[in-house]
Amino acid sequence: MLNKIFDSFDQAVADIPDGASIATGCWGAASLSQNLIAALRRKGVKDLTLIVHNFLHLPFFTEEEGVSPAVLLPQLKKLITAVVGLQVLGAGAFVKEYVENGLEVELTSHGTLASRLYAGAAGLGGIYHPVGVGTILEEGKEKRVINGKEYILEMPIKPDYAFIRGYKADKVGNLVYWGVYRENHPVMAMAARVTIAEVDEIVEVGDIGPEHVVTPGIFVDRIVKVSEGGLGSPQRSKELLLKVAQLDIVRKIVFR
Amino acid sequence: MKPRLEREVIAMRAAKELKDGDYVNLGIGIPNLCALHIPEGVIFHSENGVLGYGPLVMQDEVEKADQHYTDAGGRYFTPAPGMVIFDVLTSFAMISSGRLITILGGLQVSEKGDLANWNTGEDPLGGTIGGGMDLAVGAKRVIVAMEHSTKDGKPKIVKQCIAPLTARECVDLIITDLAVIEVTPDGLLLKEVAPGWSVAEVQALTEPRLIVAPDLKDIEL
Repeated sequence: MLNKIFDSFDQAVADIPDGASIATGCWGAASLSQNLIAALRRKGVKDLTLIVHNFLHLPFFTEEEGVSPAVLLPQLKKLITAVVGLQVLGAGAFVKEYVENGLEVELTSHGTLASRLYAGAAGLGGIYHPVGVGTILEEGKEKRVINGKEYILEMPIKPDYAFIRGYKADKVGNLVYWGVYRENHPVMAMAARVTIAEVDEIVEVGDIGPEHVVTPGIFVDRIVKVSEGGLGSPQRSKELLLKVAQLDIVRKIVFR
Repeated sequence: MKPRLEREVIAMRAAKELKDGDYVNLGIGIPNLCALHIPEGVIFHSENGVLGYGPLVMQDEVEKADQHYTDAGGRYFTPAPGMVIFDVLTSFAMISSGRLITILGGLQVSEKGDLANWNTGEDPLGGTIGGGMDLAVGAKRVIVAMEHSTKDGKPKIVKQCIAPLTARECVDLIITDLAVIEVTPDGLLLKEVAPGWSVAEVQALTEPRLIVAPDLKDIEL
C-alpha cells in the first residue's frame, strides 16, 4: 500500500516550489489548514498564487498561537479570493502595501470561486456565469447572452496544491470532515494536482464506512496528523477562543 | 424630527415576509437582526455549507462555542436536529437554483432594483464581495432591509446607484425605517409607510418617483 502518511508538515510541503499555486479553505481560522500554512511560511517559497475563499488577517493572537492566511503575504505574487479582511477591521487595508509592491489581487465571489474550482476538476474549458454581470467582476471578461440572459466567461482554476482540513482520514486517504471544516475542501481536493490533508485522526482502512466517506482517497495524496493540543487542534482552538472572547471586538464578531 | 422605525423594527417587518418552510439566508447588518423574529419552520442557510442550524451562541455562553460550528460570518451557532452540513459548491447550488430567499443589507437600491451593498467607494479592497453577489443574482426573492437615507440625510433609494453594484435588477422588495416598497416593472410601488409619515414626506427622501399603491397602509408588525 502506497504510504500517504507524512510524519511532519514540513516534509509534506517540501516539494512545493517557488511560483506554485495553492488552494486552501478558510472560513475562520478553524477550517484553515494552519499547520500546512505555517510549514509553507517556514519553507519561505516565493511568488505563490493563493486561492482562498476568505483571505483573513486575524490580529487577535500571535502566529505561534494561531495562523491566518495573511502570514503568507510576503510570499505571494497573486491572490484569488472573495474576501480580503474582515469589514469591521478595515477590510483589505492590511494588504495595501503589498499591492503597492506588486501583489496582484483577483477578486471573485464565493459561488464563482467554487464553480471555477469545480470547472478545474471537471476539465471544463470555462463557465458562463451570471454572477458579476454589471459589476467590477465583468471587467476584461468575455460576455455572452444565452437565452436572453447575460453571462460572463469565468476561467477554471487548477491549483498545483490544495491544503485541506479534515477530521479523520484512513490510510488510503478516504476522508471525512467535521462540521464547517468541510466548506470548499471537497472541491479543492478534486481540482488540485496534489492534495495535502491535515487531520485530527488517522484511522485504519475500513474504519470509515463507504457511504460516509466525503472525499475519496483518490483525491488525497498526503496526510499529516495535527498534534494533540498543538497548532490548529480542537484543544488549541478552544483555548484561543477563551482568550480572544475577552476582546470586545471579537465578541461582537463571533457571538450574537 | 419624526420618529423612524428602529433597526430592530425594520428587521421585524422584514421577518414577516417569511413563512413556515421557507429557506432563508440573512446578510449582515439589519438582516441579521431578523433571526430572532422569524416564524417557526423557517430554515436558515449559511454559505459555508450549513442548512437548518440552531440559535447563535450568545456573548455570555462562550462555553457553548464549538469551532466546528460557525456561520459564514464567523459566528458560533448551536447545532439543531435536522441540520445538514455540505460543501460550498452544494451550498451555492442551493442559492443559484432559486430555492432560497435572502434578506440583504443595502447601501443603495436603484429604481430598477439594482443593488449596491458591498463597497461604499472606489477602492475594491475597501469592501468584501463574499457571497452577496451570488445571493443577489440567484435567490428566488431578494429583500433589502436598510435605512431609508444615509446618516447625512441623502436618499439610499436612487435613480442610479453610484456605489459599485452587487447585481443588476435583482431586488424584489425594499423595507426601510420609513417604507415598504416593491420593485415592479413599472417602477417603485410604495405599499406601506411608517406610522405618522405621509407619502410626500417619504417621496422627499426618495430619489425616483414612487407609485403609490391603491391600498397603501401603515407598516404593521
